[in-house]
Amino acid sequence: MQNLALIAPLIILFPSVGAFINFVWGPKLNERASAIIGSVAAGATFFIALGMFSYLTGNNFQPAIIDPPLLDGWLRIPSANLEIPWQQRIDTLSVTMLLFVTFVGTLIHIYAAGYMHGDKRFSRFFAYLNMFLAFMLILVTGNNFLMMFVGWEGVGVCSYLLIGFWWDKPKGEGIKNANAARKAFIANRVGDFGVLMALFLTFWTFGSLDFFKPTEIANPAHYEHLVHEDDSHAGEEDSHSGEEGDDHGGEGEGESTTAQTVALSTDTTVAQEGEEDDHGGEAAADDHGGEESHSDPFGFYVNNDHLTYNQLGVFGQAEKLLKLGEGETLDRGDGTQVGRTVVIGSWTTDIDTVVSLIALFMLLGAAGKSAQIPLFVWLPDAMAGPTPVSALIHAATMVTAGVYMMVRSNTFFYYADEVSLIVTIIGGVTALAAGFMALGQWDIKRVLAYSTVSQLGFMVAAVGIGAYAAAIFHMMTHAFFKALLFLGSGSVIHGMEHGHHHLHDHGHGAGGHGHDDKAHAAAHDSHGHDSHGHDSHGHDEKHDDHAHDDHFDPQDMRTMGGLSRRMPITYITYVIGAAALAGIWPLSGFWSKDEILADAWRAAIFDGKLSGYIALGLLLAAAFMTAFYMTRQVWLVFHGEGRHDAVKHVPESVWQMTVPLIILGVFSVFIGFVNLPSDPGVSSLGLEAVFGLHALTDWLEYSVLHAHVGAFEWLIALVATGVGLAAIFLGIRIYGGANPLNEKNEDPLYVNRGFRPLFVFSNARMYWDEAYDRLFIRPFQAIARLLARVDWDFWHDYVHDSVITKGFNGVAKILSQPVDNGLIDGTVRGVGRLVKGISGVLRQAQTGYVRVYAVALLVGVVAVVVLMLLPVLQG
Amino acid sequence: MEMTGLSLLTVVLFLPMVGLTILMFMNEEKQRNAIRWTTFGFSIATFLLSLLLWALHDPANPGLQFVQRNDWLPTFGVSYYVGIDGLGLILVLLTTFIMPLAILFSFTSHIFEERGREKLYYIFMLLLEWAMIGVFVAQDLVIFYIFWEVTLVPMYFLVGIWGGDQRVYAAVKFFLYTMAGSILMLLAVLYVGGQAGTFAVPEIVAGVQAGTLVFPFDGLFSTQSFLFLGFLIAFAIKVPIFPFHSWLPDAHVQAPTAGSVILAGVLLKMGTYGIIRFCLPMFPEASVAWAPVVGVLGVIGIIYGAWVSYAQQDIKKLVAYSSVSHMGFVVIGIFALNAQGMQGAVLQMVNHGISTGGLFLLVGMLYERRHTKDINAYGGIWKALPFFGALSLIITLSSMGLPGLNGFVGEFTILLGTLGSDVLGITFALFATLGVILAAIYMLYMFQKVFLGELDKPENQHLHPMTWPEVTVLVVVVVMVFWIGVQPAIWFEMMDSSTNAIVDSVAQFTPQLTAMLR
Repeated sequence: MQNLALIAPLIILFPSVGAFINFVWGPKLNERASAIIGSVAAGATFFIALGMFSYLTGNNFQPAIIDPPLLDGWLRIPSANLEIPWQQRIDTLSVTMLLFVTFVGTLIHIYAAGYMHGDKRFSRFFAYLNMFLAFMLILVTGNNFLMMFVGWEGVGVCSYLLIGFWWDKPKGEGIKNANAARKAFIANRVGDFGVLMALFLTFWTFGSLDFFKPTEIANPAHYEHLVHEDDSHAGEEDSHSGEEGDDHGGEGEGESTTAQTVALSTDTTVAQEGEEDDHGGEAAADDHGGEESHSDPFGFYVNNDHLTYNQLGVFGQAEKLLKLGEGETLDRGDGTQVGRTVVIGSWTTDIDTVVSLIALFMLLGAAGKSAQIPLFVWLPDAMAGPTPVSALIHAATMVTAGVYMMVRSNTFFYYADEVSLIVTIIGGVTALAAGFMALGQWDIKRVLAYSTVSQLGFMVAAVGIGAYAAAIFHMMTHAFFKALLFLGSGSVIHGMEHGHHHLHDHGHGAGGHGHDDKAHAAAHDSHGHDSHGHDSHGHDEKHDDHAHDDHFDPQDMRTMGGLSRRMPITYITYVIGAAALAGIWPLSGFWSKDEILADAWRAAIFDGKLSGYIALGLLLAAAFMTAFYMTRQVWLVFHGEGRHDAVKHVPESVWQMTVPLIILGVFSVFIGFVNLPSDPGVSSLGLEAVFGLHALTDWLEYSVLHAHVGAFEWLIALVATGVGLAAIFLGIRIYGGANPLNEKNEDPLYVNRGFRPLFVFSNARMYWDEAYDRLFIRPFQAIARLLARVDWDFWHDYVHDSVITKGFNGVAKILSQPVDNGLIDGTVRGVGRLVKGISGVLRQAQTGYVRVYAVALLVGVVAVVVLMLLPVLQG
Repeated sequence: MEMTGLSLLTVVLFLPMVGLTILMFMNEEKQRNAIRWTTFGFSIATFLLSLLLWALHDPANPGLQFVQRNDWLPTFGVSYYVGIDGLGLILVLLTTFIMPLAILFSFTSHIFEERGREKLYYIFMLLLEWAMIGVFVAQDLVIFYIFWEVTLVPMYFLVGIWGGDQRVYAAVKFFLYTMAGSILMLLAVLYVGGQAGTFAVPEIVAGVQAGTLVFPFDGLFSTQSFLFLGFLIAFAIKVPIFPFHSWLPDAHVQAPTAGSVILAGVLLKMGTYGIIRFCLPMFPEASVAWAPVVGVLGVIGIIYGAWVSYAQQDIKKLVAYSSVSHMGFVVIGIFALNAQGMQGAVLQMVNHGISTGGLFLLVGMLYERRHTKDINAYGGIWKALPFFGALSLIITLSSMGLPGLNGFVGEFTILLGTLGSDVLGITFALFATLGVILAAIYMLYMFQKVFLGELDKPENQHLHPMTWPEVTVLVVVVVMVFWIGVQPAIWFEMMDSSTNAIVDSVAQFTPQLTAMLR
């Protein structure tokens, strides 16, 4: 089992191969084959992720660093000390991400097999999904910022392709989708600008982009604790370090902590030699290779004493520098000293400034990818993509990458107080604003999109207050229940479409109820053959006489209502997801949201941090919004009476769609227990016996240095639950009737004069898009047109015609006048004839220029001859 | 002067000329296919021999290899002096790689149906290849100058005879602008040669480094600075560095596809190559002093080129302006005057040649089918030509600098070098990196306009499927895009020692100079 980590490259290879097969042979495969290839490739990644999990638990959570075979490094300029390998990192943080990404990803692949049925680019869809998964796994397993960035932009491209998946829909719908895709990519590129700047500064400050080097320990303190703990019950750690000693120095069996230290100190030299010989990354590979022949492949380092400053990764170096006092220096390991002063080119500054700048640029990057103010505007538009895409990319996985990057770089944020305050404000305000915008939307998916933005705001705010483990915890629970909600909404949309088709066939008397199945199948077929439009497909072919069909939108909640009776599985799972999102005890969302709130509370009260107060206030308000808009949605969609005839014919979805819903529903209930806070009292239902307390945080602490365990705060838990229940109560009061909307399908909040402006403001999405349009997009386009004009009319025409051409002609005239009829003119004509002889095509237009051309050549020749003769004449 | 035997490099250099001579004796009417295949065969043979050069090249040795030197005009210190280091090698490889693609693509082009003279066209192609290789291998200033000027002639006729509607205007403009720069360079060449007593570049550089040859320098306007500018302006026009770019849209738009590919792929690189090879080591102090100025022009080029590109309605013009932006990256990389910037710049020359060359191939293929370059005439082409659409997407992404593809490696290294540069620094990096956002804006705009949306225009619905030469050239381009993107270390290794020698030759002047300028 020890070499299990070596299969890590397969986690990228499998989906890549799946994507390749579906790209190349996809058009020839049938749906079943495409779906199976795609889903098996995705499922395989989950099993590899499980393998990685068992590898870590079996190896004292020692991270593994793997160089994929066949690739010879990546960016390497030896003389510039630039060495950025293709290198994977298997540690507790990356494996956490791997597990939920691959698990949710696999379920969504299966779901998509049902959802995308009949689409003419079915195989292409699976190719993109697999490609996305490959890039996402590159993102989370990369051991350096640049490899992370490959995944980062790679998932961006997949997102671009999938948002615009239906780019050829008629009536301008296709272009709308393409616009949404482009908007997403460009907003992300603005963020990527920040990431790039952060990377440049990181490189010049630390001389590397590696998160950690081979054999480096991310969190020595955590191991210290472990060693002492095990010391007391004289357990396996001793034997491990002893074996380590055998392996390298043969120092023998360590009996006590002191003996271990001795053993480890012998390792130091060996490890260093290895480092120097093999240049970082390869050392790891060699270690693996070498160790295979031994009985014990992995050493057990409890700290980084065996590594010099220069042998540490970015974060290890940052920790050391940031802890230095003013004027202090430390040895780099090559005899030179390093202090707090940082010199980048001609710019001299200190480590605090640089780290703050890096964190700030990273925040910009995270705002792009994780859809925070000011760059969040792309995510709601991204709902133009097929629903499985919204679930996978725009809810569960890709959008969490920004939070992942910040947690990975927790060292930077931990020490950058001012930036952390900004992070808190950005996250909190985003959470609240997006929650507010969610409550005025009619599109079922848009509500969820704003909800996602809002929940990402929770995670970002968590990073801001230093609750790194809580951020990852919420990311994980959110992945489950938000994917569930999106897939549930997809099920609803699919059902509404079918209901709508059914209605047509029924209306045309294509057969009684006995023919239902057949009619249904026919509808399904047409649904496949023309573009897979959700909004308006099919009916334009033959059903134009149905007045009420012209504006049928299967995603519009105004057409729904009472669906709980039509699709019970979708309904029950949806309610579970909604309750989890609203933070109802004891569902998963309760635990993760509560941990963030409790951390904010403690940051505020115990540490007196401003960011704690800000986070607590904004996030509690956002939690209220969350519970309210989810109640509104559940009641509008599932309760009351159907507001459209289509509702009466909505079927429950196929098993490929409902099974993932059920599985995700189960996880949405229980996944919160993996990270119970300490002292949960009765709130944990005694389940800590099964899951343990703060298991996830303990596990994450091996990789996330500044993670800390959350404690249960009864006050916060009760307040948050109270806020949630109040919002739900209020929601039911407002939306609970048989038909909460009035005869014009208007929202009760809109009907109420007092709330109308608020509802309008929310419904108009706070005019963000309009503001950006005025502030950035239109000026950008206007300046582009202006510059293009200036370029053409001034640089291109005016300067050319009046300066260059006239100048040349003038010189030509001066030179040619005195000997106009003599030898030179003859030569000029000769050249002219020669040119004409070669190219008759040039004949007419040449007349004006041939002179210039020839004279110019002549000037050159004369100048050469004269100047060449000069030294001779002088000599 | 020493005489050396026939070098492999000379063989590579003159192989296209052998092909050209054979072409001369072929009959245009009766041997059309033979003419094509002879040209293609010689360009492939040249490519294969240049691969042999690569195989025999010792990357650890920063000096010139495959040297051949014969007296030519001994009175004036002029000799036939050729040789390559890693920098020269990488550009020779680029040239010999691009040429067969351009020639193969010409096989299916319709230009000969309209304009005829196919034999002359291929003769010019081989003449151009000879001259371009010559530029990259010449080690004598006079020889270099001759090759530099000779490249003009075939390009002039390629644009002027087989170009678009305004071909003559464009051809003459191209010629005039380059000539104008060349005259300044010529004066500088003659002065340098007169001072040094030789035109052999390695000897001049050695003299400058050793302090035995001094071009007096005491500020932005002194003898050395004027010599520097004499060379620089000639090169800047070729690159083109803003504001010398106004010939480029004309030349690109009017040139036949193969011409645009060669122009973007190789000819523009002659400018940046010249800066690295001649400006920096011969005039190190002036280079350091002028670096911020040129750097500002480079950054303006990046942003300006991208911004103007976005407003274009002519696809070819859009790609042409994107070249201004991309070459701006190369320029700031060079003037970062450190190893990262310099090597990134050299690799970016190759990347730009491949990606933008690829973009011009795409535009050419569209033009062959629809006879328009108006971006609004397209839409939904991905549906009409699915494979073409997929390849186009990859090349577009490569041009946008997507990590994992070639463009990113160059851009990243350049920007990294710029930020850590002693002469440029973080402000330059900040503005230059904005180019990354702008690239996404104009490239995706183009991709969407051409390939996405409903396939609603009837004339777009029945496009001729891709021909085999088209598939071949695009697939080769895409393979290179991935290869350089995933394994760039090979290319860095090739040029590492020689570009470092150049960087070091300048760097030794940097500290005292920055002190002086402050």
